[in-house]
Amino acid sequence: MAPDNSLVRLETKRLTALFGRTAAVHEASVFFPTNTVTAIIGPSGCGKSTFLRCLNRMHELSEGGWVTGSVLLDGEDIYDSAVNPVVIRRQIGMVFQRPTPFPTMTIYENVAAGLRVNGRLPRADVDMAVERALRQAALWDEVKDRLQGSAVDLSGGQQQRLCIARAVAPRPEVLLLDEPTASLDPAGTLRIEELCIELKQRYTIVIVTHNMQQAARVSDYTAFFYMGKLVEVNRTTSLFTRPKQPQTEAYITGRFG
Amino acid sequence: MTGVVIFLCAAAVAPLLFIFGNLVAKGASSIDWSFFVKNPVPAGQNGGGVAHAIVGTGIVVGLACAIGLPIGVGAGIFLAEYGSGKLGWTVRFLADVLNGTPSIVVGIFAWTWLVKPAGHFSALAGGAALAVLMIPMLARTTEEMVRLVPNSLREAALALGYPRWRTSLRVIVRTALGGIVTGALVAIARAAGETAPLLFTALGNLNFSTNIFQPMQTLSLQIFVYATGPFEEWHRLAWASALVLMGMVLILSIAARWVTRQRHGAR
Repeated sequence: MAPDNSLVRLETKRLTALFGRTAAVHEASVFFPTNTVTAIIGPSGCGKSTFLRCLNRMHELSEGGWVTGSVLLDGEDIYDSAVNPVVIRRQIGMVFQRPTPFPTMTIYENVAAGLRVNGRLPRADVDMAVERALRQAALWDEVKDRLQGSAVDLSGGQQQRLCIARAVAPRPEVLLLDEPTASLDPAGTLRIEELCIELKQRYTIVIVTHNMQQAARVSDYTAFFYMGKLVEVNRTTSLFTRPKQPQTEAYITGRFG
Repeated sequence: MTGVVIFLCAAAVAPLLFIFGNLVAKGASSIDWSFFVKNPVPAGQNGGGVAHAIVGTGIVVGLACAIGLPIGVGAGIFLAEYGSGKLGWTVRFLADVLNGTPSIVVGIFAWTWLVKPAGHFSALAGGAALAVLMIPMLARTTEEMVRLVPNSLREAALALGYPRWRTSLRVIVRTALGGIVTGALVAIARAAGETAPLLFTALGNLNFSTNIFQPMQTLSLQIFVYATGPFEEWHRLAWASALVLMGMVLILSIAARWVTRQRHGAR
């Protein structure tokens, strides 16, 4: 796929992700153009989550996890031996399938959690960053009067938006969403989907989803994975209307998966 | 069937009620203000208190905590977070063996390694012996509590760009803190009641002392000496000391319960 005219923020080159000696993703090469949403779809166990976790060096934290190939962020290989994975994770934010607010922290502290890893910041700066992140995550109006309240008292959908706020507070360049609506009700799902489309103004977004309608609603590009292999990647409209591969067609028409 | 269960429950609780009732019956009458604030009077005379033993218990257990808490809790965090390899397996195995070691054996070792080289008994040696008993308990309960923290929280912190050690301390240990405190209180309660290892180390002292390099009295040693002594007055004080010690352990246990309740109630 050629990324028509837009800049490429993130790119994988023949990325293979392994657990011990078993490869979960085989030689996947994908572009992620700046300020777009790319959806990763495929049946369970196709390696889509593993692929996502390679993009911010989380995969290597799994038991036996390692990769070959490269992932370029603004042209620099994040797997270069001189690169500190901790720094990469600050540039590439991630939100998980289930909301993961830190239970011992307040709403405010949760959003500020990623800001303080670089050292102390003036209180006013943190206040501003927390408000900005909560506004971006469309949660500010609901929590502005109880920032010191417990994060686990929020509803599931609010907790997930809190996690998005926490991920965007340190102003990452890329936002990775790993089935962010899997544990939410339809209303919560809709909020997150609207948010994706808003957030792409500022970030480059990669979203893993098992829901094809969701991919069609939110994404500009879609990559279809099957059995650990990248089958096809294209503009979302093209992929869903004129799939080039028979496997893609079979999947999106619901013949398997 | 229900009747059998009720009977068995009653049988399980009965010894505690019997012991506590007996202690109150025989000891409560001897407890007054002077019992807490006065030191013993010469043998054969009436009156006097066990202030030296109460303070001594505090100091010896405090020393045990100062030595044992950092090592025990630290080892527990290590086991839970990094203990999947051979080293972790070894530490876990040693902790389990140490946990099952009779306390009197620990006392003999403390005597061999601390008392004998120093040339005299000391509260510090007593604290060290109790710490050795506390460490495996602390390590294992801390490990259990840290393991209960969902892995998703660990991943969330790492994905935010937390270094590993910072994830462990800021997120994992903080989340598990209630459980760790509960475990620590239980270990302290157990250490406060230990007698055997102190016989070889803190030894006991009939006078008030706060010098940790010298022998020191504790409530458990006081009970041992007074209960086995020849005087009626001593027996009376032994019962009262036992009641005080039991009360202290009970308060720690209730505190442990309370901390646990706070943790779950906060949700």
